[in-house]
Amino acid sequence: MFSFDTFLDLPLIWFGLIAAAIFLYVLLDGFDLGVGILFPFAPSEQCRDRMMNSIAPFWDGNETWLVLSGGGLFAAFPLAYSILMPALYIPVTCMLLGLIFRGVAFEFRFKAHRSRGIWDYSFHFGSLAAALMQGMILGAFVQGIAVEGRSFGGSPLDWLNAYSVMTGIALIFGYALLGATWLVMKTDGIAQVWARKCAAYVLGLVGLFLVVVSISMPMMDERIQNLWFSSPNLFRLLPVPLLTIFFFGLIWSDLHRGHETRPFFLGIGVFLTGYIGLGVSLWPWLVPFEVTFRQAAAAGPTQSLLLVGTVILLPVVLTYTAYCYYIFRGKASHESTY
Amino acid sequence: MFDGLDPVLLSRIQFAFTISFHILFPAFTIGLASWLAVLEWRWLRTGNPVYAEVYRMWVKIFAVTFGMGVVSGVVMSFQLGTNWSVFSDRAGNVLGPLLGFEVLTAFFLEASFLGVMLFGWNRVSPRMHFSATVIVAVGTLISAFWILSANSWMQTPQGFAVAKDGLFYPSNWLQIIFNPSFPFRFVHMVTAAYLTTAFVVAGVGAFYLWRSIYLRHARVMLGMAMIMAIFVAPVQLLLGDMHGLNTLEHQPTKVAAIEGLWETERGAPLRLFGWPDQEHEITRYAIEIPRLSSLILTHSLDGEVKGLKHWPRNERPPVAAVFWSFRIMVGIGILMIVTGLSGLVLFLRKRLFDTRWFQYWCMALTPAGFLAVLAGWLVTEVGRQPYIIQGYMRTADAGSPLLSTPVAMSLTAFIVTYSFVFGAGTYYILKLIANGPDTEDDAYGSHGVKQPPLITTLGSEKGGRHV
Repeated sequence: MFSFDTFLDLPLIWFGLIAAAIFLYVLLDGFDLGVGILFPFAPSEQCRDRMMNSIAPFWDGNETWLVLSGGGLFAAFPLAYSILMPALYIPVTCMLLGLIFRGVAFEFRFKAHRSRGIWDYSFHFGSLAAALMQGMILGAFVQGIAVEGRSFGGSPLDWLNAYSVMTGIALIFGYALLGATWLVMKTDGIAQVWARKCAAYVLGLVGLFLVVVSISMPMMDERIQNLWFSSPNLFRLLPVPLLTIFFFGLIWSDLHRGHETRPFFLGIGVFLTGYIGLGVSLWPWLVPFEVTFRQAAAAGPTQSLLLVGTVILLPVVLTYTAYCYYIFRGKASHESTY
Repeated sequence: MFDGLDPVLLSRIQFAFTISFHILFPAFTIGLASWLAVLEWRWLRTGNPVYAEVYRMWVKIFAVTFGMGVVSGVVMSFQLGTNWSVFSDRAGNVLGPLLGFEVLTAFFLEASFLGVMLFGWNRVSPRMHFSATVIVAVGTLISAFWILSANSWMQTPQGFAVAKDGLFYPSNWLQIIFNPSFPFRFVHMVTAAYLTTAFVVAGVGAFYLWRSIYLRHARVMLGMAMIMAIFVAPVQLLLGDMHGLNTLEHQPTKVAAIEGLWETERGAPLRLFGWPDQEHEITRYAIEIPRLSSLILTHSLDGEVKGLKHWPRNERPPVAAVFWSFRIMVGIGILMIVTGLSGLVLFLRKRLFDTRWFQYWCMALTPAGFLAVLAGWLVTEVGRQPYIIQGYMRTADAGSPLLSTPVAMSLTAFIVTYSFVFGAGTYYILKLIANGPDTEDDAYGSHGVKQPPLITTLGSEKGGRHV
């Protein structure tokens, strides 16, 4: 049995890989879900067709990052997986149901005639529910999970409180920002004009929620407070909020100046700084504030085998994912293409 | 509200419900993807537009089915944690990589190239498009490889050690991946998926022939489906037999339940039908063929077969469910072989495409494969109870620390959602079948362009007869 744990810090590597997978999921399905969130507000039926077509070739691959995040957590940190999932039983289930309604709408909508409206709403509310639940999961996660032995030790509604509702709504607007800037990039004409307005409107709300989260996080836990506001750290971490402010300003001016692609990538930048801020605050907890990523790590041989596979396969996956985005580059059309 | 119910029982029902729904989609798409690859290959080779038209009709059905398979599959990847967290914690070290590799080697491949397959017609070359179809088909098979390896390990575990902390630790990966029941389960399931698809395609082809519409396309469908029924259905019987012998070696309780056999006997009879009575440890009203069970299982007329009484009561699976599911599966398998034989006789008499009763027969058997797949999985999953990991971990000890109410609510939500969503999906698939393929004639007509040169039409007629 081979194992690299004598010369590689496997838990750390895997912590990084899973964190990256979750982040990629948030970005990629983020703009899909964002498009779904904005869907009913589009100015015309033709715009809606274009919105749908702009993500139809990608949504399935994007959602696969969620399966990889869940499956990867199970494989590399089984203890964390088996504590978090029962703790988040209700929001995870609701998220899955939302994703079902969202996912089938892609196919059903173009097959339906009289019942098309049902699938428009199934797409919208499915996306909305999935985004809300993911935000609430995040809110519950940062507040800490009750653990007893090797299992979840809390009650079924631990995840539900005003704070998690707030983070849920925050993520809806965050995804809407990604979705709107994606549409600025992938459409033109009235669809793009409308998407610009949406993005500018949502941008303000995202900023507001980011401020609220940034202030509340250190107030919730003394450790996080010490981390951010003790003297050497403060200066080392200062680039994170400064960069966020810079990105916001740039998106705002880009949206009013006619840039088509940059706002989307700046939106990704906002998510990245937010994610880094969260990661720094929660380090090294995988089940806050009970189990660290080292305690939750799978056995050395398990993480080693997974690493071998990942090192070979992940570059391949990323390459052909990029290839597929390349094939479907350019503006999306409103016509159903198959 | 639901306090009287056992949360583990509810979790079992929820898992059985969601996975039964889910397996229907891969069972169909595994076969469909491979068939689409063959169709596109025939089209590129012969230039016969009928193949392309059949492809374009079925790729829509494939997309709807695949979409439903994806969303119901995502549910499965989370349920291991939400409902079976003790199992995930203890077996994660062994099973984690198998499931992780399924995502990395198969899911991404399928998801990415499905986009090219559906929307890439005008964006990539025909060769690249064909490659995308082949890649998706291979992806479905790789996916089946890993998930069946994981399932088989739970049935016939090896290559691990249980430590003092109760966790399973891997000791030999090749033994884990290629555990004893895996090769048999893999080929049996893939073949089942191919047959499932073949009988759906045959049913649709027969429907068009019966209605006298899309005749050239219908011949391709029924003809190719019959090739599967003639050659693959009998092979499946053989593979099933080998799988059964493997089960006898590693999970004899399951085989005893399949046979409805309570006493350990030499020259055990084959019970065709009967009613296994778990309480009184007897199979009532049995219709038996003497010694046949021993002959099948041990290849000797008076070989010894162990009966259920050999194991204590709390080691036995629910016998009636296993007994009856097995008979449904085998019964359908025999019907499939009969279909293949009839098809062969009709083909030799040159009556395959215009025999009325055979069209009704094929239409009636359209859902046969799905029923057989479900029945087969019931046999193997119920038959390994009370264990979740055969011999090492009981299902009753594997559940999450959940209360009944949330599980009862989620179960209700899944039943309502699945019935509505997948009911609608089935409706749209039926609609696509009713719409039929977009033929060249229609396309030219609707655009007001002249018919293509005669030579194409001739070529396609010839190609149509060819099958």
